[in-house]
Amino acid sequence: MAYTAHFKVWRGDGSGGALQDFDVEVNEGEVVLDIIHRLQATQTPDLAVRWNCKAGKCGSCSAEINGRPRLMCMTRMSTFTEEQTIAVTPMRTFPVIRDLVTDVSYNYEKARMVPSFAPPADLAPGDYRMAQVDVERSQEFRKCIECFLCQDVCHVIRDHEPNKESYSGPRFLIRLAELDMHPLDTVDRRDVAVEDHGLGFCNITKCCTEVCPEGIKITDNGIIPLKERVVDKRYDPVFSVGSLFRKGQKRSAPPT
Amino acid sequence: MATTGIDTPGRAQVGVKTLRQDAWWIQPALVVLGLTAFVAYGIWRVFWGSHTYYSAPYISIFYSPCIASSCVPGADEFAFIGSWWAWTPALLVAWIPLGFRLTCYYYRKAYFRSYWLSPPACAVAEPRKNYTGERRFPLILNNSHRWFFYLGLLLALILTYDAVLAFRDPQGQWGHMGLGTVLLIINAFCLWAYTLSCHSCRNTIAGRLNHFSKHPVRYRMWTIVSRWNRHHPKWAWISLATIVIADYYVYLLASGHLTDPRFF
Amino acid sequence: MVGLAAKPYERTTTVVTAELERHTYDVVVIGAGGAGLRAAIEARSQGKRTAIVCKSLFGKAHTVMAEGGIAASMGNVNEHDNWQVHFRDTMRGGKFMNSWRMAELHAKEAPQRVWELETYGALFDRTPEGKISQRNFGGHEYPRLAHVGDRTGLELIRTLQQKIVSLQQEDFRASGDYESHIKVFAECTMTRLLKDKSGAMAGAFGYWRETGRFVVFEAPAVILATGGIGKSFKVTSNSWEYTGDGHALAMLAGGTTINMEFIQFHPTGMVWPPSVKGILVTESVRGDGGVLRNSEGKRFMFDYIPAVFKDQYAKSEDEADRWYTDPEHNKRPPELLPRDEVARSINSEVKAGRGSPHGGVFLDVSTRLPAEVIRKKLPSMYHQFMELADVDITAAPMEVGPTCHYVMGGVEVDPDTAAAVVPGLFAIGEVSGGMHGSNRLGGNSLGDLLVFGRRAGLGAADYIDKLGGAHPKVVDQIIDAAAAEALAPFREEGGENPYTLHMELQQTMNDLVGIIRTESEMTEALGRLEALKVRAANITVEGHRQFNPGWHLALDLRNMLIVSECVARAALLRQESRGGHTRDDFPQMSAEWRKVNLVCRVDENGVSIARQPLVPMRPDLLDLFEVDELEKYLTEDELPGGGH
Ligand SMILES: Cc1cc2nc3c(=O)[nH]c(=O)nc-3n(C[C@H](O)[C@H](O)[C@H](O)COP(=O)(O)OP(=O)(O)OC[C@H]3O[C@@H](n4cnc5c(N)ncnc54)[C@H](O)[C@@H]3O)c2cc1C
Ligand code: SF4
Ligand code: SF4
Ligand code: FES
Ligand code: FES
Repeated sequence: MAYTAHFKVWRGDGSGGALQDFDVEVNEGEVVLDIIHRLQATQTPDLAVRWNCKAGKCGSCSAEINGRPRLMCMTRMSTFTEEQTIAVTPMRTFPVIRDLVTDVSYNYEKARMVPSFAPPADLAPGDYRMAQVDVERSQEFRKCIECFLCQDVCHVIRDHEPNKESYSGPRFLIRLAELDMHPLDTVDRRDVAVEDHGLGFCNITKCCTEVCPEGIKITDNGIIPLKERVVDKRYDPVFSVGSLFRKGQKRSAPPT
Repeated sequence: MATTGIDTPGRAQVGVKTLRQDAWWIQPALVVLGLTAFVAYGIWRVFWGSHTYYSAPYISIFYSPCIASSCVPGADEFAFIGSWWAWTPALLVAWIPLGFRLTCYYYRKAYFRSYWLSPPACAVAEPRKNYTGERRFPLILNNSHRWFFYLGLLLALILTYDAVLAFRDPQGQWGHMGLGTVLLIINAFCLWAYTLSCHSCRNTIAGRLNHFSKHPVRYRMWTIVSRWNRHHPKWAWISLATIVIADYYVYLLASGHLTDPRFF
Repeated sequence: MVGLAAKPYERTTTVVTAELERHTYDVVVIGAGGAGLRAAIEARSQGKRTAIVCKSLFGKAHTVMAEGGIAASMGNVNEHDNWQVHFRDTMRGGKFMNSWRMAELHAKEAPQRVWELETYGALFDRTPEGKISQRNFGGHEYPRLAHVGDRTGLELIRTLQQKIVSLQQEDFRASGDYESHIKVFAECTMTRLLKDKSGAMAGAFGYWRETGRFVVFEAPAVILATGGIGKSFKVTSNSWEYTGDGHALAMLAGGTTINMEFIQFHPTGMVWPPSVKGILVTESVRGDGGVLRNSEGKRFMFDYIPAVFKDQYAKSEDEADRWYTDPEHNKRPPELLPRDEVARSINSEVKAGRGSPHGGVFLDVSTRLPAEVIRKKLPSMYHQFMELADVDITAAPMEVGPTCHYVMGGVEVDPDTAAAVVPGLFAIGEVSGGMHGSNRLGGNSLGDLLVFGRRAGLGAADYIDKLGGAHPKVVDQIIDAAAAEALAPFREEGGENPYTLHMELQQTMNDLVGIIRTESEMTEALGRLEALKVRAANITVEGHRQFNPGWHLALDLRNMLIVSECVARAALLRQESRGGHTRDDFPQMSAEWRKVNLVCRVDENGVSIARQPLVPMRPDLLDLFEVDELEKYLTEDELPGGGH
């Protein structure tokens, strides 16, 4: 059942690089990360790759396999034919450090711009009461393993480097949505979403949802509802007029 | 700027726009075909159809509600715009479904991918150098989807009313039914499905709330709308098809190519 | 002995110190798992400038893999639960080898630590009243594990990560710099702890994985939170990070480790296909009704109920099956015995030739629950088997076998402050020892991280305050020695391949110091380890220092070899079977051995083990148990005059 597969692995660093050819053994049940490890152990001991859990839980092993953003540890070799050449490159939206490893610091900087959870000041630890149905939406977004594949595939920054300045990408739009839907949060993040995180850049073309290994419905359940909440405040003929009377940016108590 | 996007210095230089080996271009190509065909059909019906949109008791969706006094007798129930309106009466209402669909979250995805090629498919580089998204005029107008949703509801009501009127015979007697009645009912149903599965609908029903538990009825409705919402793209296409079928049927009747099979 | 005697490397000395990147902090936390992050939050909240250093990216530490939950006796599901019950369960689980003071602090403080997470933004699953929901787990008398589906560890780490970001935002508002008080140094591996002339902690030395450049942190307090050692074993649920760095670093700096012979083998890891062998199959599968069968289709666990548990477990399949719906009137199925018991039983079945085709046994839910229920209750297991093994667990049984999961042993610490024997050094989480005794209960680790993480943060702050500004100074020569040691693998050509050595080490530990141990095998293991050490001194790595995994592995090998030797030596000495240490040649538990901790040290002569008496339990804690029960564990003269 073992066979020899043909791989093209991108090797190089920020100053240049290219796809390199390898013939490597593949056994039953293996995933792409196993093959990369076999290359390390037998042919190129210094091939750089990031991984931790090898179980799709940590989001470290993100790369592009035959042009598709994927987790290497969750891409089974059996999804390819034995004749198929398999091309593995690093994520192409972030600067490359070496081989398959990229510099994802963009994401950590954006994370720092998200206003943190702000519970009511007078609520003591242990007294939090939240219904399951009220936390479920935010829980979906908290499944995120921060693999940054959605960030990688998002054309807003993938194809337009300058937009990184003003756009935070799908991962952090759902983080904003998560907090905005939190039943005990007291901050209104809608203006921040538009002004600091560039919500309007997203043209809901849904590639983020297509690649998310956690199956989070990033657009349908996160970004679109967030856009709709912004519309509630800014553009809706009924609600936004109503809210003129309920003035103020900060919600003093959690919104209903 | 020759080097932006995936060619930005510092990123891994791979040299090709995509390494995808699958036929990623099929999907956008099909969407272009489908939407272009529909738009062509729509233009033909709106500008060249002013004599073939009504065949009692059926009215074409492109012209309903017919609100100009130039509307053909029988279809002019809602007419309140005077004879000064010289163009086709379709223009008075067709902007509503047009705007509704142009600003629809699903259609936006479809046309941004297929016509704008931004992006043509996931992880396939888009050809354009700059991209500002929906933050400026005119695309910022997509935020008006909420307004169109409200109008869309109204329209769905009227089309339901049209379907009810189709239970008359050509002379206006109630209690009759023909093939056209069936088509109008199906069409109205699909439009409801499309309209109620809308993301704006989902938000207004309860999505904007943070405490579902305090609004059990709205929450129940939200779960139902959410279920339909998952199939919104499907309803977008199905309803497009039923519009064409129902309208073309009216055209065939009105232009005398066909007579309506009556059931009773 | 590898690396221990590294001489200052003359030629590079000046170069190294000149190009060296230096940072000065009050507290350096090594490790960004649950324990490290909680400690850093506390240290920063005490006003100390804190650095967090970790091998992988921020938010990726091993803690993300935890599935089941955090044990804390909040009593949300069963109001009878309280810290005393939790304490008793913990001591029983650890077979009374635990540091009782740690178990006490843990049981008392875990609820507050969990509630605190909610104030940071954690979203646990809820009870109908809106409180944090709690689930049943092996060894816990009441439903006790706060959880989020089967991804509790992810929630824990993300919550702490986001809390740190929120502290950084506060600092930014105050100082204009996000990193003025707390900074994360990710993908930065520490290879040595640095001391001053008096022997007190003065900092840590390591390299950036990205560039291979060296970096020194100067700080009076160093908190180790580096996790476990599983990567020394072939079949393990642990990730590459678990190379025992903290254990080795502490010992190389004069610290001690205890209980190293106690290693938890989780009974259910995947066994097929080979590439996923060892990946965890969560205990919830059995909790929700899954049963273990051998190749003859028999539920063999009924044959393996040990005498001490005879009264608590069901004797027939009928009774066991009734327990799921009526736990008040029926006894538990033996599939839910403590982990060590189940792991050993599976091992015996396989040895007796009644295993599954790929050398495990069958774990079956498909005939026990409807398909929809399985998909709903065990989503990630369904996904895991579907994706990685092509097995639909709603239609077919899984094949499972024991996998190396957790090390109970670790750095010897003061229970109240987590301080190690070296002044200024602290250890928390899996790298610390004592809390779990000879066997850890599921869910007790995550609580441990939070409780002692916070205590170490406080302890470090307190220690620094007592120094009163007289901060220890690093000796430059030690830095040079550390740099030379790290560069050694580049010196020669044609030496050993680190990947090959690692594979041989894993095979040795797995086969000879694994789940069932005997004297002859362990002696052989020690011989092989000795040979590996010699070869390891002769490793060659190819390429350069920039993100070079071959080099990283070469440096980790030193730690794995030290730790493996501790495990093997301690296991050879302890002539009894208890918890995570099973001797074929000494199958009984011995009350005499219970009184002894085996303490491991490293000096010029290598690894050595010493016996150290266990501190007797405080009488009021002893009183929490029935005398009958204590008799099973304690010697005659340790028993209290009267229990209750
Ligand atoms: C699959 C699985 C499931 C589990 N489920 C549960 C559960 O349900 N409940 C429970 O209570 N426990 C569970 N555990 C156990 C628990 O998850 C771990 O014991 C715990 O997370 C360890 O946390 P830690 O903070 O000590 O270390 P870790 O989270 O492992 O973090 C170690 C950190 O140290 C860093 N580090 C290591 N060496 C160095 C070095 N040399 N230099 C710099 N940094 C270094 C690493 O990069 C990492 O950041 C599970 C374990 C596994 C493997
Ligand atoms: S839907 Fe929006 S966020 Fe997602 S990939 Fe497309 S543009 Fe980016
Ligand atoms: S949302 Fe999904 S794709 Fe994006 S970072 Fe999180 S897990 Fe990855
Ligand atoms: S290695 Fe953790 S997700 Fe792949
Ligand atoms: S109609 Fe498509 S989203 Fe509103």
